[in-house]
Amino acid sequence: MPSPLRRHRGPPDHGVQLTRTDPALVATAVADAHRREWGFVLAATVRVTRDIDAAEECVQEAYARALTAWQESGIPAAPGAWLTTTARRRALDLMRRDALFRKAMPELVVDDVEPEPSLDGDDIPDDRLRLICTCCHPALAFEAQVALTLRLLCGLSTADVARAFLVSESTMAARLTRAKKKIAAARIPYRVPAIGELPERVTAVLEVVHLLFTTGHTAPVGDELVRGDLVERAIQLARMLYGLLPDSADVAGLLALLLLTDARRETRVDSAGGLVLLADQDRDRWDRGEIGEGIALVHKALIARPPSRYALQAAIAAVHAEAPSWEATDWSEIVGLYDVLAQVWPSPVVALNRAVAVGFADGPQAGLDALDELATEPQLAGYGYLPAARADFLRRLGRTEDAKLAYTEALHYTENTTERDFLEGRLAAL
Amino acid sequence: MAQYLILIYEAEEEYAAATPEVWQEVTEAHAKFGMDNEKAIAGGNALQPTGTATSIRSDGAGGFTVTDGPFAETKEALGGYYLVEAEDLDEAIAIAKQCPARFGGIEVRPIMVFS
Repeated sequence: MPSPLRRHRGPPDHGVQLTRTDPALVATAVADAHRREWGFVLAATVRVTRDIDAAEECVQEAYARALTAWQESGIPAAPGAWLTTTARRRALDLMRRDALFRKAMPELVVDDVEPEPSLDGDDIPDDRLRLICTCCHPALAFEAQVALTLRLLCGLSTADVARAFLVSESTMAARLTRAKKKIAAARIPYRVPAIGELPERVTAVLEVVHLLFTTGHTAPVGDELVRGDLVERAIQLARMLYGLLPDSADVAGLLALLLLTDARRETRVDSAGGLVLLADQDRDRWDRGEIGEGIALVHKALIARPPSRYALQAAIAAVHAEAPSWEATDWSEIVGLYDVLAQVWPSPVVALNRAVAVGFADGPQAGLDALDELATEPQLAGYGYLPAARADFLRRLGRTEDAKLAYTEALHYTENTTERDFLEGRLAAL
Repeated sequence: MAQYLILIYEAEEEYAAATPEVWQEVTEAHAKFGMDNEKAIAGGNALQPTGTATSIRSDGAGGFTVTDGPFAETKEALGGYYLVEAEDLDEAIAIAKQCPARFGGIEVRPIMVFS
């Protein structure tokens, strides 16, 4: 029986096909395979080339060939397998033809590699866990880890990766080149870490995926609140990790958190593009499919002791998802979850969210008191959510002048246009 | 197999003020590190403090400027090194984590190979 990490090749191509496949259909299939299979195809090809750049070229070529080949032979039943076989075959050709190619550059350190990778076997090994562990190696700068993951696992162009992080394409290209050089020169291995160090390394991978999600969920700068492409890539990566590591409570927790947060996506912005707070969102329009899947995962994620930060954050999101309305939310349950979260993952932002929850569990004055305890927290200086939360409690307490000041302060620190519009609206309504 | 240099950066003033007990502990820690990693270690030395360093720079016109002191004045200075053999960076980092550096930290650098 094949191991679950292996994937079957499609049936062999059946020679002549009488009718050509519609180019538009082929283009869609190739684009689809690009989105779904890039990481799989690249990971399997890197193992052959032992060089990331060369593997990227071979994979690029395989996708280009698919555009014409699939018109002739039809769209294969397993596009990923077709692309992998084509890219790996190309890589072997390249290496046989140019023996110098192998010597010219430092090779990636790969363990348990087939001396001559078979191309006609029944299955192709799934190397995506190797690839993502290499991309998210702690010896690489965090921003390089994120960029490599988007580039190599998701197949985003350098220009798209640059756009996601608001840097110029040349800056991003330099960042990627430097990271790839370090992987080769310092011999960062292309390997799934040993069981003992796996949890630590998976944590690093999860941080990268989480950052991608949060960057997409509330774009730090710009006119659109949500960048759907980044959000979907992050969920796709989390699903991939869950498929590869189904027993990891941390991975289950992150996937749950992303799904439960994303379930609210459609209702976070009104038809005019304005921000809608959780309290005012139309809960009938929350994605019940994502919520159901997320809640099932939360149960699995909370089994670990101590529970991971993601499992707890997901549990908080699940309490919101299950509440019929803002007023009917179980706020004391949420405060309790934040208390545990503050223990396993202490951070000023967690303390801030906890204070906000206290305000709903015990009234605005209690919330304001809890927020004021954080006033001197240096990490929250310049963080717009603190004055925004204060402003809201002050407004509820009828302290209009103080609320105005707090809204003005929050505006000072907020650069997202949608969030600014919201704060300005609240300020004007006072 | 590849070679890495494990560079030990520590605050010199801590050593200048160290008691004989501290020196004893540091010496023992290095002896233990050396024994535990006997197979991997290909060489290593402790360096005299940066007060003994001399920096030499070409003036670009055939002459040299010779100055007293290290190249860069930093709180934590290079105080010693080990040359180790390791399969990959993960293995080198695992060795570096065992290397004593109570007054600072370790930098790991791959040795460049010329073919």
